[in-house]
Amino acid sequence: MLEQIELRVKGLNFYYSGGIHALKQISLQVHSKQVTALIGPSGCGKTTLLRCFNRMHDLYPGNRYEGEIHFVKDNILSPDTDLISLRSRIGMVFQKPTPFPMSIFDNIAYGLKLKGITRRTELSEKVEQALKHSALWDEVKDKLNASAYELSGGQQQRLVIARALAVNPEVLLFDEPTSALDPISTAKIEELTETLKKEVTIIIVTHNMQQAARISDWTGFLMLGELIEYDRTDKIFTAPSEKLTEDYVTGRFG
Amino acid sequence: MTREQTRKIEGFIALLLSTLAALLGLFWLVFILGDVLVHGIKALNLGLFVNDPTPPGVEGGGLRNAFVGQLLITVCATLIGVPVGVLGGTFLAEYARGRKIARLISILADIMVSVPSIVIGTFIYAIIVRPVGHFNGWAGAVALSIIMIPVVLRTTEDMLSLVPWTLREAAFALGAPYYKVITQVVYRGAATGILTGILLSIARVAGETAPLLFTSFNNSFFSVDMNQPVASLTVTIFQYAMGPYDNWHEQAWAASFVITIFILLLTLTGRLIIKWRYK
Repeated sequence: MLEQIELRVKGLNFYYSGGIHALKQISLQVHSKQVTALIGPSGCGKTTLLRCFNRMHDLYPGNRYEGEIHFVKDNILSPDTDLISLRSRIGMVFQKPTPFPMSIFDNIAYGLKLKGITRRTELSEKVEQALKHSALWDEVKDKLNASAYELSGGQQQRLVIARALAVNPEVLLFDEPTSALDPISTAKIEELTETLKKEVTIIIVTHNMQQAARISDWTGFLMLGELIEYDRTDKIFTAPSEKLTEDYVTGRFG
Repeated sequence: MTREQTRKIEGFIALLLSTLAALLGLFWLVFILGDVLVHGIKALNLGLFVNDPTPPGVEGGGLRNAFVGQLLITVCATLIGVPVGVLGGTFLAEYARGRKIARLISILADIMVSVPSIVIGTFIYAIIVRPVGHFNGWAGAVALSIIMIPVVLRTTEDMLSLVPWTLREAAFALGAPYYKVITQVVYRGAATGILTGILLSIARVAGETAPLLFTSFNNSFFSVDMNQPVASLTVTIFQYAMGPYDNWHEQAWAASFVITIFILLLTLTGRLIIKWRYK
């Protein structure tokens, strides 16, 4: 199978403003239209790595990147990257659902409006499409004007995914999207990633190793800011090359 | 006497003293409100709102000029003070978040809140009334807005700080520029809190007399010209209450009643919004 590379990370180092060296010489390739999971013990740098892909670290002064991340052909770490367009191409879903204080419809329409879409018919169409995509349409179609806060946690998380999908991103970053959800909502989101990867590349940070094993095609194992091993998920979980990886996935520590 | 008995007696004394103190405070409040209510309602009539003052000593007349003037000055003060306060608070909570300058301005604003209003009145007298050469409505509006600004600024800062950072990150992650994150997401999250702060700041300045005495002064005639002295309820109350005529006294009572009710309603609305928001 011919696989395209969506993101190419080369020799990435990341320093937080206090000088903490959080990512050390990371190199990996994220395959297009596949699910890549990042696992590792708390504080290993997996979320830090995820937040490099949409340059979220730039919100806080003093953070510093070294190295390169190639997205299609541009190095997104270069200082002249347009962060606004980068972030509309690489969407993000957070650990806790982050619905905006507005109606369900307006939540989804928010990103579209940022892109300059204002025609009501086009907005409605795209909102419906995004909600169907995130398997939320049937539950909310009769109350699109209700506040997003009226939804349950699991529904809110799918709403946020729909909001990210609405702007047609090429990559979606999931930062432990199910860690605040109940098992049924978690299952729904896992099913969702399965259907979504037909259209977008997904990178997911997770604490839950079964989840990584269930839904991802590729897995990266990080520890203390280093990428210990990166390979196909079945290989990582059945025959890892590194002793550390084996110890972690078999639950010997972490 | 046993230890327990001593403790019980001590407890009883503490309870008695604090209850008495609370009752003493309440007594004056009820006394004042009751007095304003009784005297005010007696003097209240339609003519008060539709007629302008008659010459001293002549019966009848009303305070239309003062009601309209008060409204005009308060609205102008709100139009100046609220945008400055909200934008200033936004700067502190968003653009300067965590920087020393934000902390410094916050502290200065806190000090400003407790500056005696007469000081602000005399200050505006020096920088606006003196150079212009006469009392005028704008000076009054500016004086009141200066009292409002620190209140609105601090409320806005506090309310914006309560909006979780993840919400901003979520908006950034969709590719929103910072000003849109603030105006479209953060303001929405903080809207009721900021609105409450604005209402309470209006209530705060609506009852001010001292800053107006030095700025917009008073006007016995109906005038909406902000470049001239403009009548206000508070200054009129001051003048009428000190005056020698009985009907002046009655009208001062009525005006006190109206302004008290107005401030009471504003404050209650503010409280209701808070209650509704955090239900």
